[in-house]
Amino acid sequence: MTTENNIDAYRRKFVGGGLAAAAGIAIAPGVILNSVAQAKPADKPVDDSVRWGILIDANKCDGCNDCVTACNEEHGLDNYTNSNESQRTQYIRVVNLRDKATGHEQALPVMCQHCETPPCVDVCPTGASMRRADGIVQVNMHICIGCRYCMMACPYKARSFVHEAITDQRPSSPRGKGCVESCNMCVHRVDNDEQPACVVACNKHHAEDEPAMFFGDLRDENSEISKQLKKFGGKQIRADLGLNTGVRYRGL
Amino acid sequence: MKVVFREIDGNSKGFMALLGVLGLLIAIALGATYYMEHNGHWVTGMNNQIVWGMPHVFAIFLIVAASGALNVASISSVFNRKIYKPLARLSGLLAIALLAGGLMVLVLDLGRPDRLIVAMTYYNFKSIFAWNIILYNGFFAIVAVYLWTMMERKVNKYSKPAGIAAFTWRLILTTGTGSIFAFLVARQAFDAAILAPTFVIMSFSYGLAVFILVLFAAYKWTGRPLGDVVVNRLKNLQGVFIAAVFYFFAVYHLTNLYATEHHGIESFILSADNIYSTLFWVGQILIGTLIPFALLFLPATSKSRFWIGTAAVLVIIGGMAQMYVTLIGGQAYPLVLFPGYDVSSSFHDGVVNEYVPSLAETLLGVGGFGVALIATTIGVRVLRFLPESLADSVVDPDHHKAA
Repeated sequence: MTTENNIDAYRRKFVGGGLAAAAGIAIAPGVILNSVAQAKPADKPVDDSVRWGILIDANKCDGCNDCVTACNEEHGLDNYTNSNESQRTQYIRVVNLRDKATGHEQALPVMCQHCETPPCVDVCPTGASMRRADGIVQVNMHICIGCRYCMMACPYKARSFVHEAITDQRPSSPRGKGCVESCNMCVHRVDNDEQPACVVACNKHHAEDEPAMFFGDLRDENSEISKQLKKFGGKQIRADLGLNTGVRYRGL
Repeated sequence: MKVVFREIDGNSKGFMALLGVLGLLIAIALGATYYMEHNGHWVTGMNNQIVWGMPHVFAIFLIVAASGALNVASISSVFNRKIYKPLARLSGLLAIALLAGGLMVLVLDLGRPDRLIVAMTYYNFKSIFAWNIILYNGFFAIVAVYLWTMMERKVNKYSKPAGIAAFTWRLILTTGTGSIFAFLVARQAFDAAILAPTFVIMSFSYGLAVFILVLFAAYKWTGRPLGDVVVNRLKNLQGVFIAAVFYFFAVYHLTNLYATEHHGIESFILSADNIYSTLFWVGQILIGTLIPFALLFLPATSKSRFWIGTAAVLVIIGGMAQMYVTLIGGQAYPLVLFPGYDVSSSFHDGVVNEYVPSLAETLLGVGGFGVALIATTIGVRVLRFLPESLADSVVDPDHHKAA
């Protein structure tokens, strides 16, 4: 019942949003289009005027796992009945590092790095693995044939395969048995002018402190993430692969 | 003497029993598929770390062997070796049959095999998988035309160009299969251009081994004569191919061993205490390379059909072991995200990934052999693929007279 209500609410919101946007277009296009700060209007196709990215300050990461919990909750990743531990989906995980030479230890979250030239998109035979013009990499669940070549190709271990039928799904995060899935930077939230769930959870954890995760438009030099990157820099995992990732790390 | 092709007699109990056994293997494979697809892949040994399991080992072996099985025909049409000409039709048939078997396994292991139509109608041309779909379909078509030019007298004159086209296509096809792995930039075991030609040379060896066994079985079970001239040629060729595969793997491993970056994966495959090292040394090198090579060239065994057949069986076993090491071993070794660091996480970072093949996956793979062999069996029953005699006086009359 709860799920149905959610779906109804989602539909009402969707239809309502569409009508509002249509009315806006008809009445005063200039006003509407210019007034939206970051996220696109619902009726406008995604374009490359923005590139979404996340900057993670690894120095601040204490391995609390809140980002993982928030992600699992947001996308409904915890409802397994049969899959064993190594078969379960994880979009984001906390990786603990120990420098072999110095013994220095640190932790940081790793998820889909939203590459500019994603190997998963290159290898996908059907085009199900796709990169939106705004930089978000995701799987089109309608045409994924479950060949898992993207999982072989991903340098970041970011993808999971759905090993069983999933019930009680989140309306905003459809998942299907036999398809591959991964972090989509909470595209449903981003399109709604909200931040990804992991970023929100992390910054809530660091509420007393400066934020440890920044989400924003890498193309906009006035965005907070761009300013932070310019000032303090940000490294890519496996930068040697030249993939120009949308997720960057400080203190790596 | 003229070479006369004739269908085999399909009324014997042995023929029906063979069809029955192969049909049963296919039925079991389909049952296994239903079980896996109905439940989802959680019933397999597969997981998010080892994403290609036992079905892929069988499927890629069969696909590689398919293009190799065509070699005998290529040697006759492209390189004008007359002695291979009577064998060319069987070579083409076996190539199509093995490919069909391999593709069946590959498709039935997809997460959504019901969506195959998507893969057939939409192509991402940057994907090597998409190229392979075109290469596989093209292989069926080109080899079918090639067979037609060999079997229909009116178009016989086109068999050479058709043979050249098929030979070229098969080289590209196996290069494509090898490139599935060669192009995986991030995996320690892959990302090596040598994998593409290695797959080509593997196909020569594995395909010929299957061809030799099918030829032996067909002629023994139908009581048709098979002379030593043909057998010796195939035997020597098999020996050369075994050595060539060994050479390519030696180069692959030596290159990796030279680069410090790859020492981890090399010690994992070559010297660690795990199934992959055992399969490499005992399966690929001892059973699949050294023993068959010795059997094919030692005076005591090289003239015996039994030992030549045994060598072919060992090449296939070694080939399966090699596929397991290459595919599963390559995935079992952890991805390196952070060079120079020890890593751990809740998502199997930095640990050797576990894989235990389930019975269902293995049965699906065996079904691929079932499809390949039943297609061959029915093929030689209904069409004229096999010469009535491959006696020395038929295949090599000049040599026979001189002797």
